[in-house]
Amino acid sequence: MNPLPSSDRLDRRAALKWMLAGTATLMVLDRDSLAQGASAPGGRGYGTDPDLIKEYKPGDYWPLTLNDHQRRTAAVLCALIIPADDRSPSAADLKVHDFIDEWISAPYAGHDKDRARILDGLAWLDAEAGRRFGKKFIEANAGQQTAICDDLCREVPARAELKEPSLFFKRFRDLTAGGFYTTPEGMKDIQYVGNVPLLTFDGPPPEVLKQLGLA
Amino acid sequence: MPHISSAELKSNYDVIVVGSGAGGGQTAYTLAMEGVKVLMLEAGRNYDPMAETPMFQDNSRAPLRGAGTTDKPFGFYDATVDGGWQVPGEPYTQASNEPGRQFEWWRARMLGGRTNHWGRISLRNGPYDFKPYSRDGLGFDWPMTYEDLAPYYDRVEMLIGVYGDNDGLENTPNSSPGVLQPPPKARAGELYTQRHAKKLGLPVIAIHRAVLSMRQDSRTLPAKLHPNNPTAQRILAQAMNERAACFWATACGRGCSIKANYQSTTVHLPPALASGNLDILSDAMVREVTMDDAGKATGVAFIERKSRREMRVKARIVVLSASACETVRVLLNSKSARYPAGVANSSGKVGKYIMDTVGARLSGQIPALENLPPHNEDGAGGGHVYVPWWLYQEQHAGKLGFARGYHIEFGSGRQMPGVGTMSGLDWLNGGNYGKAYKQDARRYYGSFLGFAGRGEMIPNEDSFCEIDPTVKDKWGIPVLRFHWKWSEHETRQAAHMQQTFADLISALGGRVRQAPQKDGAKAIEPGGSIIHEVGGAIMGTNPRNSVTNQWCQTWDVKNLFLTDGAPFCSNADKNPTLTIMALAWRAADYMLEEMRKGNL
Repeated sequence: MNPLPSSDRLDRRAALKWMLAGTATLMVLDRDSLAQGASAPGGRGYGTDPDLIKEYKPGDYWPLTLNDHQRRTAAVLCALIIPADDRSPSAADLKVHDFIDEWISAPYAGHDKDRARILDGLAWLDAEAGRRFGKKFIEANAGQQTAICDDLCREVPARAELKEPSLFFKRFRDLTAGGFYTTPEGMKDIQYVGNVPLLTFDGPPPEVLKQLGLA
Repeated sequence: MPHISSAELKSNYDVIVVGSGAGGGQTAYTLAMEGVKVLMLEAGRNYDPMAETPMFQDNSRAPLRGAGTTDKPFGFYDATVDGGWQVPGEPYTQASNEPGRQFEWWRARMLGGRTNHWGRISLRNGPYDFKPYSRDGLGFDWPMTYEDLAPYYDRVEMLIGVYGDNDGLENTPNSSPGVLQPPPKARAGELYTQRHAKKLGLPVIAIHRAVLSMRQDSRTLPAKLHPNNPTAQRILAQAMNERAACFWATACGRGCSIKANYQSTTVHLPPALASGNLDILSDAMVREVTMDDAGKATGVAFIERKSRREMRVKARIVVLSASACETVRVLLNSKSARYPAGVANSSGKVGKYIMDTVGARLSGQIPALENLPPHNEDGAGGGHVYVPWWLYQEQHAGKLGFARGYHIEFGSGRQMPGVGTMSGLDWLNGGNYGKAYKQDARRYYGSFLGFAGRGEMIPNEDSFCEIDPTVKDKWGIPVLRFHWKWSEHETRQAAHMQQTFADLISALGGRVRQAPQKDGAKAIEPGGSIIHEVGGAIMGTNPRNSVTNQWCQTWDVKNLFLTDGAPFCSNADKNPTLTIMALAWRAADYMLEEMRKGNL
């Protein structure tokens, strides 16, 4: 199959159309049709026989969704959730927001739900920043951005009206982590040290056994 | 003889083998190494693991960070080509819309079939597993004993390479001395579970998997496998020398370009091709077995996928090894005035007693495993230990409320991160972000343990497949329609799994994210999801109520054999692939003998 051009982004209106069409399509299609990649207008999946050796980037197979402002908002949120520290760069440094864009644009079952939640959530951030600080979320200062995130990050939201935005934040955080910890920098951060050929597999080192009371 | 095009087909072969997975691979291997001219037909495309396997690719290079989709259900890097629970243009149907009454049918349209991605878990059926009816009055006995198949388990294990220990536990057979390769050392979470599972009486022992923990002994094994056949010995020694030992990286589900694990395409087919006795035609979708007036099979009719032409090819013997349900489909579609119910179906049992494995899973977080010093836990690309069924006596005494057992597989450790590796940390830390979140990710990574139960399903009258009267696939071939129903033996077993896993996680000082599911009908994974499809043409001692004899030979058509999971008349908790191969080797030996005698 021919990959789509990587620069092919959809504007907000097109994305909304896509979401609506996607929802309607899901209602009438059976699983057979879903498996044939018919679930999303505007983009096809990678099919059942993609080249597994080559390296891919967001946009290679289906058009991305976020417009420039949404993309910048997503990047700011990525950097708030996973900021740079002495061990690794931020999620925004690693362009995790582009992975999230790829994710919410994917023509597969389930991704449409994330698409709606993330787009609504990004819009909510601007509305909230406007209400509280009179500016867009990305124009707010760090303390103001943090104040908004503090309201959303809890497992149990502080107020009932924060339920939906909190679910957005939770999903965005999981996607940010998914995008971040799968990169070489992210894997290094949590000290995944595998994926290298070894002559022997020696099991846990003595200090691990000791910590587990198995030495 | 090699990979061929349809133009290169010979007019006649000794044996046609339909399918190239574990059963077809083993059948073709055994026959070709003994000088029989074999044609293998594969419905999917040719597949070259040497060139196509993504070794070492990390998830950042894959679409969606490698997450599973309907196109690639087990993730982008899974070896499966053109496969899944749905295959485009090749539907199947369900007889019922009721919850729990569906069977989801996995297929892989590629050379080597499911062996390219399978879990490589290679457990022998034990003595009880061949005589389940005699033991508890349910299901069917096999027309053979464990002792009949044991020599073939040894042979298969020596050929493909299986690591494991001989623990001598009940109904968990030892291999003969010198057959198994040494198991890899257990990982931290596996060892920790081994220590603490003792409180619950659960034995944690080395699992058996078809992965080379060391190089095969190409000087002694070939002579054991092919006595009195120096040509076969030489070819096999060469093939064994071309396999490397595991280098303890890259998940087995991607396939293995260094041939360290078993897949038909790296282990069975190369020596079979090197013998000069095997032709392989890919993209050949078999529709039916062709018959003569005397009631013998003459060959098969197939659709060449690229040209969409129907073609026919002939042989003395036809072997179906297309996967249990696909084999059933071919038999039922081999319909004529003489065989209105399909061939080999005078018993009316073709399609009956489809089985899968009972599956349920639960995971937990184990504080003791937090903040462990970083170390490499990739290991053999799959589990190193498991818990075999441990309650045979309690069950036999009727204390459990379900008749058959299960084993427990582990998921643990500091594996290569995927999209979901850090999902839902708010469950543990109440929800945060920023630098504190990064600290938490470091703390919790590698501290999760997952347990999956794999249990026996008893064949029943409500789980079967038949030809859908109206629906055809894109090749014009009528499709299967499934009927499915779990009995309480399976649903109660699934609930028991859930409780056991919750108890185990507690014994490890851990916590479960969700309470164990007490309703077995909700705990059990849908039919077909474990991809241990067997049955549909069961073997037996009586042509009136079974389809084949113990040699996988159909009662009705003596030159027609079924060497995949279709002849299974029970589905022990032990993963079926090793038994499929042992049965196939035994059936192929029988074919050789019958051909020598002039009976076939």
